[in-house]
Amino acid sequence: MIAEIGLAMLWMAAALALLQLFAGALALRPGGTALIPVVRPLAMMQGLLVAAAFASLITLFLTTDLSVKLVAENSHSLKPFIFKLAGTWGNHEGSMLMWVTIMGLGGGFVALVERRLREDTLIATLAGQAFVSLGFYAFLLLASNPFARLPEPAPEGQGLNPLLQDVGLAFHPPTLYVGYVGLSIAFSFAIGALVTRDVGPAFARAMRPWVLGAWIFLTLGITAGSYWAYYTLGWGGWWFWDPVENASLMPWLAATALLHSASVLAARNALRAWTVMLGVVAFSMSMIGTFLVRSGILTSVHAFAVDPTRGSFILSLLAIYIGGALALFALRASTVTEGARFAPVSREAALVFNNVMLCGILGIVLVGTLYPLLTEAFGQKVSVGPPYFNPVAAIFVLPMIVVMFVGPLLRWREDKAARVTAPVAIPAVVAAFVLFVLVLAEPQMKLLPTLGLGAAAGLAVASVIPLFGRNLRRTPLPTYGMVVAHFGIAVALAGIASDSAFSTEKLAAVNVGDSQQVGPWTIALTGIEPIAGQNWTALQANLSASYAGGAPVALQPQARSFSSPPGQRTESALKTRWNGQLYTVLGEEAEDGRWQLRLWWKPFVPLIWLGGALVALGGALSLLGRVIRDVTRLRAESKIAWRRERQGR
Amino acid sequence: MSEPEAKKRPGLAVWLPLALFAGFFVLVMFGLFRPANREVSSAMIGKPLPAFDLRPATTDKPGLAVAKFQDGKPKLLNIFASWCIPCAVESPQLAALAAQGVEIDGIAIRDRPADVARFLATNGNPFAAIGADDLSSVQLAIGSSGVPETFVIDGKGIIRYQHIGDIRAEDVSMILGKLKDAGS
Repeated sequence: MIAEIGLAMLWMAAALALLQLFAGALALRPGGTALIPVVRPLAMMQGLLVAAAFASLITLFLTTDLSVKLVAENSHSLKPFIFKLAGTWGNHEGSMLMWVTIMGLGGGFVALVERRLREDTLIATLAGQAFVSLGFYAFLLLASNPFARLPEPAPEGQGLNPLLQDVGLAFHPPTLYVGYVGLSIAFSFAIGALVTRDVGPAFARAMRPWVLGAWIFLTLGITAGSYWAYYTLGWGGWWFWDPVENASLMPWLAATALLHSASVLAARNALRAWTVMLGVVAFSMSMIGTFLVRSGILTSVHAFAVDPTRGSFILSLLAIYIGGALALFALRASTVTEGARFAPVSREAALVFNNVMLCGILGIVLVGTLYPLLTEAFGQKVSVGPPYFNPVAAIFVLPMIVVMFVGPLLRWREDKAARVTAPVAIPAVVAAFVLFVLVLAEPQMKLLPTLGLGAAAGLAVASVIPLFGRNLRRTPLPTYGMVVAHFGIAVALAGIASDSAFSTEKLAAVNVGDSQQVGPWTIALTGIEPIAGQNWTALQANLSASYAGGAPVALQPQARSFSSPPGQRTESALKTRWNGQLYTVLGEEAEDGRWQLRLWWKPFVPLIWLGGALVALGGALSLLGRVIRDVTRLRAESKIAWRRERQGR
Repeated sequence: MSEPEAKKRPGLAVWLPLALFAGFFVLVMFGLFRPANREVSSAMIGKPLPAFDLRPATTDKPGLAVAKFQDGKPKLLNIFASWCIPCAVESPQLAALAAQGVEIDGIAIRDRPADVARFLATNGNPFAAIGADDLSSVQLAIGSSGVPETFVIDGKGIIRYQHIGDIRAEDVSMILGKLKDAGS
């Protein structure tokens, strides 16, 4: 029954989206003003209905209703609760339902709270959001119905891919999806503003908090995903340039560029066309990424099922939405003049540079991701990996960081380089000093990690300099947000560079009772024992590790075997210290009864994720500051209106 | 970094994003609808099996020599290993093929007799004969690079088809078709 109710609610939500689109389109025509009041409620109702449909699917998974095909194929009655819950979105249909749910709720939320945007632009935005949602409703209802029943209930479910049976799955996909799909709001804002020719500072101020919200989730999702890959895959790596990782990085880069260009538009009424285009591009990258991963067109660990029918369905959606939005952009961009000018030395110029660099990285990631497809068209199979991405990305990242030393200190419109020389000299000297020390102390170190550490040290100092000479109490929260986010970039960069410069690795076959040395650690294998979990069994290595002769700590890496479906997974064991992380993995048993151990000592590697979290925190501070400001302004306005009304009587 | 074109009407440049997207679209259209030969099609197809004579991989089945494939009957040659999870996953499909009267011979890669016996006890034994390939030498000689892989061999010992990866339930009828083609 629940499945049928869920499906019915999904159909109704789709119908409401259709209504929302038509009501919005008609309301914008002359004489259609009578329809304006219905658009907001329609968007809210649509959001509630699709959320209820998603809740039905969650219920089906929690109760393991094996008459539902999706549950039977992806769940199992013996699974722990958290994986039954996470199993809802650990598959193609469920994750697409989560996608439209977030899209519907996002549109409903905009309808509920957005007060800054001009009314006609808001109507156009909500109509745009409904238009985009409709495609995904159609995709769900026609090509991937999550509520389909089996002719006969299955006796038992097939279970969830062991790689996905991890607490991370409960949080990582929803976070990332809120980020991806949240960008659809920026997309709809851009379309709305193009339709009503309302691209200006007010539009940028209205759009910015929405982009910021999505961007915070995207940042958290990418950071968490990277940590998940790090400890689950058991390779000691934290970023593999896998297509799906690139698929999450590309919208993030576009959204980061959009946040910066929106602040130029908000403050100075410049970069109009560019900002609108980034709004379109950010969500387009979300859709392209999803398409590339889901269609099975690129091989990735995240491909759920290779299905050309679904692939061509999503591809048509891409053609309609991205192609349509870019065509609208091209037609309207000529009426969106570029706006105010600015000097080569100014805040705007630094932000433009930042935008160009971010888009450069976006470009090389996109090209690298698509390159295998391109060469395959000419009959060659290649795979593009870190040897391409790392140095080419660095070409853009390093100059961008140097400009981050200066940019936040510059004034809008025009500034004198001489004014900022002194404050920029401090981080520059710090960076030069770190480089100098590294070159002297570690002459065999590779170029990029050395430069990375120098740039990170400089940026860490430079990021807090904008606070100097300010009244810290009266400094607005968004400024703190910028400082924290830029500092977070420095922290993450330091982690990345020191991981690639200082990590030591040991692969060894070890007898029980013997010990191995990795970095400053001495690690003894004290025993191997079998362990049983709720739906897995494992061999566990008992390790006793001691740092530089200190007190031993216990680590227990496991090799887990899952029964339903059959599969294996390594469960690494980590020991975090303030100055790095010890990473241990249990491999197979060798012929002679010795056990393979893979051991890494990774100095300062946790800084990577700490940095990511700081970047997100910076975004959150900035968002909080803007929301508080908006709420205060609205209160003041309603107070004035109320007084006027009283005086009028 | 001022925008020199700030006052100019943007010309063709505004169409550039759309043009780039069109290029992307064409590329993935190609990727999506290209014929389904996603696997590396074996250079060995149409060629005879190389000579080999492998010892039995387990005590209860005979070993495997190339002469067995020249008796006029098309067969399947399944490359597997006890340590390979997809090999366990495809076992119901192999059982289904065996139940249809298909003769399946196996080659166990880098395996130990006890492990093979345990694997067959757990997952069923559809094989007529199983040879042990301890150094992957035969595997490489017939153009296989991983486990599981399944070859359709015609009655003269000529490789007719190579299936890379596990045989899914939906592949069974296709494999039967290939065997039928190899028999005629």
